[in-house]
Amino acid sequence: MTNPLAWKSWSPYAVGVGIGLLSWIAFATADHPLGISTAFENSAALTEKAVVPGVEQTNGYFTAKAEEGKPPKIGWEWMLVVGVFVGALVSSRLSGDHSPETVPTLWRWRFGGSPGKRLVVAFLAGGVMMFGARLAQGCTSGHGISGSMQLAASSWVFSAVFFAVATATAFALYGTEGANHV
Amino acid sequence: MFDSPNKLLLGLATGIVFGVLLQKGRVAKFPVIVGQFLLKDWTVAKIMGTAVVVGAVGVFALVEAGHASLHVKPLLLGGVLLGGALFGVGMTVLGYCPGTTVAACGEGRRDAMAGVLGMFAGALVFVAAWPALQPVIKGLGDEGKVTIPDLTGTSPWFWIAGLAGAGIVGVLLLRGRGRAAGQTSTSDHGIRVGSSA
Repeated sequence: MTNPLAWKSWSPYAVGVGIGLLSWIAFATADHPLGISTAFENSAALTEKAVVPGVEQTNGYFTAKAEEGKPPKIGWEWMLVVGVFVGALVSSRLSGDHSPETVPTLWRWRFGGSPGKRLVVAFLAGGVMMFGARLAQGCTSGHGISGSMQLAASSWVFSAVFFAVATATAFALYGTEGANHV
Repeated sequence: MFDSPNKLLLGLATGIVFGVLLQKGRVAKFPVIVGQFLLKDWTVAKIMGTAVVVGAVGVFALVEAGHASLHVKPLLLGGVLLGGALFGVGMTVLGYCPGTTVAACGEGRRDAMAGVLGMFAGALVFVAAWPALQPVIKGLGDEGKVTIPDLTGTSPWFWIAGLAGAGIVGVLLLRGRGRAAGQTSTSDHGIRVGSSA
């Protein structure tokens, strides 16, 4: 097929160059680095503002962010997250790489095929991951890619720590045998 | 509460391209993410390393030309160390990072959809607990929004050249490791015959 969008995958180096160039565009057009997790924090803050009366007075978060000039909002980064969903949906549909999978093969080998167990653990792990990202003020995108390319000290520390801990976790969960199942 | 409509559309368009890139890069897949941390599949390192080197050149050029500014996160060691550790555990168990969880939802993956709900819940807890978390985040000091060139008193281009050099060495070392570059037709979903001895 000649339409690259219909291909199931592109070279990881081509994808890396693409993300690098997209960062130039994001800095040049929006003066903004690519990042995902801030939008989740903004959504959470807006939700708490809507459902908890007086939270803006009781939780110093809201005053502190207003003073920083970064009050919670639906902004460029929020739409970036929506766009990631749309882009991946279109790309996976055009290439037939769409899968309603619940239990990945490696997980099934180690923890069994229960969809309920996988979904509950995925929910909890997503929570821990996002909580960690907000403690550090960035994720794989905001720190790992965007922060590292700006040579930010915080981002290089974050990347080294998360990669080391993630590797230790992977071997603790799946052992050396796990590599035969991915 | 809202950015201008143009800025929102710009964010959406940028996100769509980012989503296509993540999906084509195969990083919205559990075995690719966990395979990286089992040191079997080097896709994540190849993508991130290339993006950092290519991105750095343009971003520092834009900043020096006055067309953009750096957006560096502060080095709050307590928050970065604890956050990085929790992030590493969560990402490995979930099998996606935040951006690729969203992309994996676009691919239809049900576990990623549970992950996104969990991510929202984690953000809710973070905002609610924010006052209590401040001593932890700032507990090991606040070095401010510093870059490595700031800390060392060197030119950023020295570091960018070094990263590019390290990248070339990395490409040579990773030749043939994991799934080869340029592979465009993996036909199945996560089921592969192990290829390493």
